[in-house]
Amino acid sequence: MSAADLQTPLKRVRGLGSAKAGTHHFIVQRVTAVALIPLVLWIIWFALKLMHLDYGHARELVHDPLNAVLLVAFVIALFWHTQLGVQVVLEDYVHTRWLEVSAQILVKFLCVLGALASVLAIAKISLS
Amino acid sequence: MPPTARPLSPHLGVYRWQLTMTLSILHRATGVALAVGSLLVVALLFALAAGPESYARVQAFCASPFGLLLLFGWSWSLCFHLCNGIRHLAWDTGWGFEIPKAYFTGWSVVVVSFAMTALIWACVFARGGLA
Repeated sequence: MSAADLQTPLKRVRGLGSAKAGTHHFIVQRVTAVALIPLVLWIIWFALKLMHLDYGHARELVHDPLNAVLLVAFVIALFWHTQLGVQVVLEDYVHTRWLEVSAQILVKFLCVLGALASVLAIAKISLS
Repeated sequence: MPPTARPLSPHLGVYRWQLTMTLSILHRATGVALAVGSLLVVALLFALAAGPESYARVQAFCASPFGLLLLFGWSWSLCFHLCNGIRHLAWDTGWGFEIPKAYFTGWSVVVVSFAMTALIWACVFARGGLA
């Protein structure tokens, strides 16, 4: 009797097939979506407040610790959700392999850069 | 996927246009528009960190006719994607697939997204417009 015969059916299929990590993208897309519901409502309120302030008062508003934390949370959730969403659109509509791979990498880099740049800007304001 | 000459399943052209498909397409379209719009978030934060001159430039761009047009579009896109996203999350729990419900939630998304956008811009203009 070989070792394979002693394995349970579950042990034999685990790690095989298309569903190794198939639900991960789906779940993270939804988790970031749930996070963005309150954050988007908050950012609308924040933007309405910000747009009527002069430069000095606008900086003060971002300098407020609670606002700074929520802004960081918003931009991270935003760019994460954006990358996941645009990834699906590219998968669906770009059928030339090298173009798709290039576009996926470009979008990932841009989203990470966007998040890093935003966080750095918020940090610079809140630490000054 | 390599391009092949195999027959394709019927695409959009064969279907009668209806609300549910319109909202589905708009969910993607607004998502892509908002992805581009996220650049404005970076630009605004960067300008605020850089100094009064750069901040004034971003403010002037937002208050220009083209900037306003973009902001109108992005604000509705944000409201629509938010409302329809909540509709999608409800579907993920298994709720709302029956056709009358899908239409009711669909029209609700349309109405609420426009009402939210109108409310946002009412707040903006009630205090003298942008900047």
